[in-house]
Amino acid sequence: MLLCCFAAFLFFEERGLAPVTTAPPILSVRHLTTRFRTDRGIVTAVDDVSFDLYAGETLGIVGESGCGKTVTSKSIMRLLPERTTIIDSGSQIMFEGINLATADERAMRKVRGDRIAMIFQEPMTSLNPVFTIGWQLDEALKYHTDLGRGGRRARAIEMLKLVEMPNAERRIDEYPHQLSGGMRQRVMIAMALCCEPDILIADEPTTALDVTIQAQILSLMESLRKRLGTAIILITHNLGVVAQVCDRVAVMYAGRVIEVAGVHRLFHSPQHPYTRALLDSIPRAGRKVYGRRLPTIEGIVPGLFELPTGCRFSDRCSRSQPLCRENEPRLLPVEGEGEAHLVRCHFPLGGPAPGPVALTTSVGARP
Amino acid sequence: MIPAVETASPPATVSDPAHADSPAGRPLLSVRGLVKHFPVRGGVLNRVVGKVHAVNGVSFDVGRGEIVGVVGESGCGKSTLGRAIVRLHEPTSGSVAFDGTDITRLKHADLMPFRRRMQIIFQDPYSSLNPRLTVRRLLREAIEFHDVVPRARVEGYIDELIAKVGMRAEAKDKFPHEFSGGQRQRLGIARALALKPEFLVADEPVSALDVSIQAQVLNLMMDLKREFGLTILFISHDLKVIEHFCDRVLVMYLGHIVESLPCDDLHAQARHPYTRALLGANPIDDPDQRGSRPLVVLRGDVPSPFDPPAGCAFAGRCPLVMDRCRVQRPVLEPRGGRQDVACWAVGP
Repeated sequence: MLLCCFAAFLFFEERGLAPVTTAPPILSVRHLTTRFRTDRGIVTAVDDVSFDLYAGETLGIVGESGCGKTVTSKSIMRLLPERTTIIDSGSQIMFEGINLATADERAMRKVRGDRIAMIFQEPMTSLNPVFTIGWQLDEALKYHTDLGRGGRRARAIEMLKLVEMPNAERRIDEYPHQLSGGMRQRVMIAMALCCEPDILIADEPTTALDVTIQAQILSLMESLRKRLGTAIILITHNLGVVAQVCDRVAVMYAGRVIEVAGVHRLFHSPQHPYTRALLDSIPRAGRKVYGRRLPTIEGIVPGLFELPTGCRFSDRCSRSQPLCRENEPRLLPVEGEGEAHLVRCHFPLGGPAPGPVALTTSVGARP
Repeated sequence: MIPAVETASPPATVSDPAHADSPAGRPLLSVRGLVKHFPVRGGVLNRVVGKVHAVNGVSFDVGRGEIVGVVGESGCGKSTLGRAIVRLHEPTSGSVAFDGTDITRLKHADLMPFRRRMQIIFQDPYSSLNPRLTVRRLLREAIEFHDVVPRARVEGYIDELIAKVGMRAEAKDKFPHEFSGGQRQRLGIARALALKPEFLVADEPVSALDVSIQAQVLNLMMDLKREFGLTILFISHDLKVIEHFCDRVLVMYLGHIVESLPCDDLHAQARHPYTRALLGANPIDDPDQRGSRPLVVLRGDVPSPFDPPAGCAFAGRCPLVMDRCRVQRPVLEPRGGRQDVACWAVGP
């Protein structure tokens, strides 16, 4: 058993994680571990996370609050406060031959905003309220391009038109507070894309928006990806958004990646009990559940200071065995699926979507 | 359990046979022409320069034991509506009849018995619990003020409540900050239920919670609804949650109800173009639907409630817009047996 695991491990180390195409990934994250110094000691927010991003694809990173999805993206961009953050020396974030985990600030500046750009959940807090949006677009262009003043302004207007901003010529001289939430998110996307980055990291880009505006932003991101070929890492807790736009998905739980698969495979044949339970617990359009009770996951996400030994989901999992509580499983290929589907579970669910997982549905989790 | 309340003012109900499906024949809650405007002040003299039309003449009934959902985007007036019903906001005009009594003009003392019978829970469990009170004191305050149970039984009653919402007895001596979001929402529910209300306004009760916790809280609310025979007005921006949880849904847009229909009919029968757009803008549940159900993208934003358009509020974004829509506001009228629609483009 152990030997088998080891052999599989070697195999998967060699072949890389989940290649959908034969082309090498443009971003390759290996063993990323990010810790924070806190008053209560050092806490590991992201623990040995590995995944690949291929050119032109949309990779979803899904999980509940505190699972480490935002810390993962900010580690890639190195946007975490240096004094309190430790990125372990074994971590690798390979982008065009540079390891971003260890790159110095000068190298990072060339990458950040130019080659890898990021948009955030709350566009109001990421835009500077005292400058016009034109000024803010210009700042990025000044730093990363050789264009003159007129050229930059033309480019800024062109970018605003690209994100379907109505009256771009007039809007460019407005301040962020004059725009609606959806418009601000469009400005953020325009800023992120103005240097034509290879990778766009979108951290909950539509969470603060209304559903009709969310639909606008999602379809905009989709059409821009097709037009510009930008690879997208989409961080979200919304499985509907994942179903709508992602090609592949990494599911995170308590600082770990617990499952990676193509989006169709993940929705129809999830292998990790947590993924399955998460899919079951969302109300779905047109699906009436008997007695209107949703299957739930008992308990709450463990705090990072009180992680269980063994599998981190073991204390909430209906299938957990003594082995799960003692030994943490590795992220390994699902039998017959190779690297296209990886799961971190001793007893993966197997088979395509069996009946509902036997999840306890008593009145309430007693926390 | 529920006290018989003697009311001073005469009942002022407008009965509407269309939805009066309560066993007593009379809806528990009957809202007629409810309007809530907020004054906007400005200028050097700080005079009223305009008003925000938050709720603009809303009428509906809620039958006893029914769960009615209110859905709409931010700024559509759904929260204001919920608050105006329990008189956390004083309505500008219109009436709210609760169990036959118009409570919109009751004086403070006369309102008290109704306050106990109608409770509200809020979206943000963090800010709606006093951070300086332990759970025991939070609950005791409300119970003693309204004399829900005899003094000697209060402590036992608190234990019972905490168990009912699925929390451990130790929770009693903790402060709100010691709990997670889901647990705090359970406390908010416990506090509302402490008064044995008949009617509950739930204002986005699960929107701030993680998916797995959201399911726990929805299940809890459904269990308690059955156990106590609650009637619920469930306000949410999430149509999928409403569809799962509610019997009927009211769709609001810029202070108006544009459509009202049973949740079972939502996908097949929804006729207002805004309801259809909301359904179409919701992300799909399954990646296999990508080809078959493209995302409906509505252009533009919701108009400002400060200066709402003259005709139909949705005219500026509507795919079916006609000349008439821009000048004349459609009224909510019955379309088919079980649904009301406010739209000129939708035939009878």
